[in-house]
Amino acid sequence: MNETLEQVIASLRERFGEAVEDVVEFRGDVVVTVARDSIVTVVEYLRDHPFCPFPLCEDVFGIDQFTRKKRFEVNYHFFSVLKKVRIHLKVRVDEDDASVPSITGVFPGAGWYEREAYDMIGVHFPGHKDLRRMYMTEDFEYHPLRKDFPLMGVPGSIPLPKRG
Amino acid sequence: MGLESALGEGYLTTKLDALVGWARKSSLWPMPMGTSCCAIELMSAGDPRHDISRYGMEVMRFSPRQSDVLLVAGTITYKMASVVRKIYDQMAEPRWVVAMGACASSGGMFRSYSVVQGIDQFLPVDVFTAGCPPRPENLFHALMELQKKVENSSVLDYRDRKEAIHIQ
Repeated sequence: MNETLEQVIASLRERFGEAVEDVVEFRGDVVVTVARDSIVTVVEYLRDHPFCPFPLCEDVFGIDQFTRKKRFEVNYHFFSVLKKVRIHLKVRVDEDDASVPSITGVFPGAGWYEREAYDMIGVHFPGHKDLRRMYMTEDFEYHPLRKDFPLMGVPGSIPLPKRG
Repeated sequence: MGLESALGEGYLTTKLDALVGWARKSSLWPMPMGTSCCAIELMSAGDPRHDISRYGMEVMRFSPRQSDVLLVAGTITYKMASVVRKIYDQMAEPRWVVAMGACASSGGMFRSYSVVQGIDQFLPVDVFTAGCPPRPENLFHALMELQKKVENSSVLDYRDRKEAIHIQ
C-alpha cells in the first residue's frame, strides 16, 4: 500500500476506532468499509485531513449485492489532489432500512450522485434537500438497477401515448 | 418555361388525386427528430456529396407546424415518447412518419426497460428503415418509397394508407 495511504488509514483507525469496519486493498485500490452512522464525519475528516486532504469527490453510487444481509452498498471515491492518491469508502445497509446519511453538507456536488443512486437502487439519503428521481419519471414505482428488476421492465409501468 | 409553354394552346385532363399526389410528393418538408447517431447520417444526407435536395425534400423545418414528414432518427426512450408524440400532434395534416434506423423501428440493440421497442407503438409509421445507422442512400430509398406512397394516396382520405413499407 502507498505510504501516505497507510498513514491516512492509521489516522482513520485512531480517530474513528470501531467505525472503520474493514480495510481491503485490491490492485492498488484501498476500500474502507465505514459504519453508516459515521460516514458524514469520516468524509468531512478526509476532506480536511491534516497531511493528505481529499477535496475531490469523484463518484458516489449504489450497488445491489443481492445478499440476504446488508444487501445494498453505497460507494464513495475521493481523490487527493495534493498527494495524488485515491481512497474508496463503502457503506453497507439492509434492504428494510436502506438509507445512508447524505454527504451533501460536506460535498454539495454529491447531491447529483445521491439522486442517481436513489433513482436506480432505491437507497434513501436523509439530509439531502432535493432527493428526486434523476432519470426515470417521477411517478415510476421501481428501481431499475436492482437485481430483481426485470431487464425489459414492468409492462405498463411507464405509460405511452395512444397510437392514433 | 412553365406548364403553359409545354402544353401550348390547349388543356389537360387528369384526376385530382393524381395531380395533388404529383404536386405533394416532391415538396415533402421533413422535420428532423434526431435523438442519436442516426441524426449524424441524416446530416450527411444533406451534404453536397449525397444531396437530399435532389428529391425536393431538403427544406428541413425545425418547427413541426411547417413540416410534412416526421423523420424519427434515433433511440426513443419512454420519457421521450410523449415529446415525440407532442411534436407529431402539432404537425398539420397531411403528415407522414419515417422511422429511421434500428432503434426507432424496433428498439435496436437497446433491449432495455427504458427504450420503446419501436415507435409504431405510439405513432402511425409509414416507412421503416433498416440500418444502424442507415447510410444516406438507404434513407433516400425510404424517402423515395414514401414519395410513391404519397403519389398514390387519395386526396380526400390520405389516411386510407396501405401497410407500412419496410426498407431492408
